[in-house]
Amino acid sequence: MDFLRPTTLAEALRAKADNPDAVPIAGGTDVMVELNFDKRRPKALLDLNQVPELATWTEDDETLVLGASVPYATIIRRFADIAPGLAMASRTVGSPQIRNRGTVGGNLGSASPAGDAHPALLAVNATVDLASVRGSRSVGIHEFFTGPKRSVLEPDELIVAVRVPVATGPQQFAKVGTRNAMVIAVCSFGVALHPKTGSVGTGIGSAGPTPLRAEDAQLYLAAELEGRWNDPKPLPDNVLREFGQLVGAAASPIDDVRGTADYRRHALSVLARRTLAWAWQDYSSGRWAA
Amino acid sequence: MTSTEQRSGTVAGGVGESPTRPDGVVKVRGEFAYSSDLWREDMLWGATLRTPHPYARIRSIDISEALKLPGVKAVLTHEDVPGENIYGLEHPDQPVLAAEVVRYQGEPVAIVAADHPETARRAAARIDIDYEVLEPVVDSEAAMAPDATVLHPDHGSNVVRHVPIQHGDPDSATADVVVTGEYEVGMQDQAFLGPESGLAVPAEDGGIDLYVATQWLHVDQKQVAVALGMPVDKIRLHLAGVGGAFGAREDLSMQVHACMLAQYTGKPVKIVYGREESFFGHVHRHPARLRYEHGATKDGKLVYVKTRMVLDGGAYASTTAAVAGNAATLGVGPYVVPNVRIDCYGVYTNNPPCGAMRGFGAVQACFGYESQMDKLAAALGMDPVELRVRNAIDEGAVMPTGQVVDSPAPAARLLELVRDRPLPAERAAEADLRDLPGGVSNTTHGEGVRRGVGYAIGIKNVGFSEGFDDYSTARVRLLAVDGEPLVSVHTAAAEVGQGLVTLQAQIARTELGVAQVSVEQADTSVGSAGSSSASRQSYVTGGAVREACRQVRDAVLDLAAQRLDVARAGLELSGGKIASAEHGVLVELGELLGSTSIERIVEWRHRPTHPLDPVTGQGNAHVQYALAAHRAVVDVDVDLGLIKVVELACAQDVGKAINPDAVLGQIHGGTAQGLGLAIMEEIQVSGGVVRNPSFTDYLIPTILDMPPMAVDVLELADPHAPYGLRGVGEPPTISSTPAVVAAIRAATGRALTRIPVRPEHITSTD
Repeated sequence: MDFLRPTTLAEALRAKADNPDAVPIAGGTDVMVELNFDKRRPKALLDLNQVPELATWTEDDETLVLGASVPYATIIRRFADIAPGLAMASRTVGSPQIRNRGTVGGNLGSASPAGDAHPALLAVNATVDLASVRGSRSVGIHEFFTGPKRSVLEPDELIVAVRVPVATGPQQFAKVGTRNAMVIAVCSFGVALHPKTGSVGTGIGSAGPTPLRAEDAQLYLAAELEGRWNDPKPLPDNVLREFGQLVGAAASPIDDVRGTADYRRHALSVLARRTLAWAWQDYSSGRWAA
Repeated sequence: MTSTEQRSGTVAGGVGESPTRPDGVVKVRGEFAYSSDLWREDMLWGATLRTPHPYARIRSIDISEALKLPGVKAVLTHEDVPGENIYGLEHPDQPVLAAEVVRYQGEPVAIVAADHPETARRAAARIDIDYEVLEPVVDSEAAMAPDATVLHPDHGSNVVRHVPIQHGDPDSATADVVVTGEYEVGMQDQAFLGPESGLAVPAEDGGIDLYVATQWLHVDQKQVAVALGMPVDKIRLHLAGVGGAFGAREDLSMQVHACMLAQYTGKPVKIVYGREESFFGHVHRHPARLRYEHGATKDGKLVYVKTRMVLDGGAYASTTAAVAGNAATLGVGPYVVPNVRIDCYGVYTNNPPCGAMRGFGAVQACFGYESQMDKLAAALGMDPVELRVRNAIDEGAVMPTGQVVDSPAPAARLLELVRDRPLPAERAAEADLRDLPGGVSNTTHGEGVRRGVGYAIGIKNVGFSEGFDDYSTARVRLLAVDGEPLVSVHTAAAEVGQGLVTLQAQIARTELGVAQVSVEQADTSVGSAGSSSASRQSYVTGGAVREACRQVRDAVLDLAAQRLDVARAGLELSGGKIASAEHGVLVELGELLGSTSIERIVEWRHRPTHPLDPVTGQGNAHVQYALAAHRAVVDVDVDLGLIKVVELACAQDVGKAINPDAVLGQIHGGTAQGLGLAIMEEIQVSGGVVRNPSFTDYLIPTILDMPPMAVDVLELADPHAPYGLRGVGEPPTISSTPAVVAAIRAATGRALTRIPVRPEHITSTD
């Protein structure tokens, strides 16, 4: 197995173009597991740890541009205010050691339906920046995933960054696992309220072939919230429940070793109900006023 | 001769203290050499080809493609087993390498040695085996049906052992209140962190030195010798660093394979299982189906218990017969029951083989009888602890086997101790996520969370039972080095993390009054110590070391009397000096010894036990009983079925805490393992195929799952045991499981008849 170690983004893209079979590796928290279990025998590993462009971030009033190899620990520490959903999702990843190494770029690269970052990114309509020697492109997160562990990424492309809109309203993320730490999602859910546009974002993890959005739930809730943004009293229980039902209905889970499809649907409806209540309570505090 | 009860000298670090364990710091720092770290410059790496089929006939094996791979030094199959191609702990029924049939997924079929581990694995993958896949027997009840496929035709049926116990007159006993229940226990794994590994080194005399992580060197040695067709003394085993055991290292794994490859190639051969392979490389805890009927008077006195237990032993016998014996003899728990009928079956199936795991049959039974005690308490409208206390055994009680409990058995007191502890504080209104079900996964901020409290008590036999010749051997040598006395203690007892090395030194310090004790590396150059299992090593190897020390002490006092020309009576060995009340200090021990060394080898046995009557199940089968009780306090998110165990309180009688810190370590660790079985640990098997052979999906408790513990340790001496001690390691594993489940039932109102409890069971989405 070759081990390629570019030191600039240009070199990395050249290396990927020359070695389209090379598997990019940053934290290695997914890739190394697959290698150790002999599930994958790539011809080459493309180590991105020496590429400074991928390890940085920029932020302005509207967007956080997060380099692909920024670890979860940094997101938790630095971006809990402008990307609260993603920070909460990052907090649920693995152990402290894994959070020090694992990256959102890697999460996207693996494109597992259980990836913890995905629901949070879906809820805020994040954008993934891809690049190759042929040029660059940006892909909306909802178009990024094409199947279980499959994405739009071309063999010569690398994930450079993810563009996360700066939060203008409350966000929540919750994940169910059968252990209180270090657990892969049985299902997960992210919600973001966008008071400026009156819209709602959602993301469902581990309950379908790809991470999903609950579009009917989003539309339902946006309609219910119309007229409430300026007078945020607690949401009636029936709204919370209906939102939960719609989120559960949006999932297409399966029975597997981690849980039953019935449980996943049920749990998603509970998570949706609760996270919405917390988000609305947060909104009611007034801190998101324009 | 002086009384052997005489104590010698007070030096620090003796019995009853908690000296620092020698392996502690290096393990925490990651510097301890485990068996997987073994290394020889010229060594080869072994790999094992395992069958993917739970049940299949082998039509042919073609190794030619594997042999073509550069770097491959040997590819061996059943045809290359030099001795008998059969082994087994109690009942040899398992091939070293499968010959005609494979009976479980993961059964070894061929082995490879190569100059690189990856080469060995790739070569193994090139071996072409033509299988005729057969319909596996995967249901333990169906396995007992008359028309079931008999998996071991020589055995005649799939029932490995049926243990009946009849006590009193269960058929005509009647009761005011009767409760029945059916319970199921999933397949738990020992989940040790150090995978199976060892290094076989060919020796000049044609023998082999095998360095291996195991629980019982001599039983490995015997089985390896038979399989290799070599005299036992040509197979020398040395204990390598053990990364946890819990029963999973009682059966052979890579031992014979590495020796075969080493013998064939003439080179040292190392085998290390990967994590996934490890799940197929050792036996698991028996899954169980339990049916119980409890009858009681309306004031809560048990009248009768009837139970039928079926333990799924999987493809090979391993210790199934003994596990069934334990489940049966301990099947009603630590309760006085005048009328009992027990039928316990251990059966063959094509599921993964099951054998020893901490608790060994007592765990499964305890989930059944303690679930029943709660159900009975509810039916009687009685407090569950009160019901237990009313029926609790004490010294003098008669067990269903007719065996009289002849040492302290404070079942009621242990229950009262955990009951009377103050309860942990109520959940804070603004609780930290880490204190809530789901932890930082942020699933609740208190919504749906209900608290529950549950109790359980369990009972375990200590040591090997049913007439087994259970002994240990200790070689103790006293010498002077640079004028300072030094004790060398040598046994074959496996330090598996429990602290036995420390304990042996403590006993030597107490018995000989010498501060410097060297505990030699365990190997087969000294006699057998028996297994590091059944909570027995403190008792049996502890007993052997104590007796050997006492014989050495007597010899050194004889020597002193002779050399100093003083009366033998009245001489004492104390603090490194020979003294008498009459003359005070007579001589320094080091000076007395000079270049003389005194050595004694002792083979020490506990009281004999006896087989069970095969029809009535009567007999004094056990040497000692041990009890622990738990109270569990849990917070359950009843909407999501997620659980946070808030506190576990444990009370256990240990007879005598030889090393109080080690005792607490065992209670904490055992309790955690029981918690794991209650709420998360299960090897999921479907059609004989393991679905979750990884730590990604076989979950064991983390620090956010295992709560702080409140522990009461009683020291009520057993007059039959060395220092009065009672085995410690297993009891806390047994009662923590049903206590946690009882607490979840209390919080949810659900019946919860299967463990581990899954979120689906709590939310009715299974």
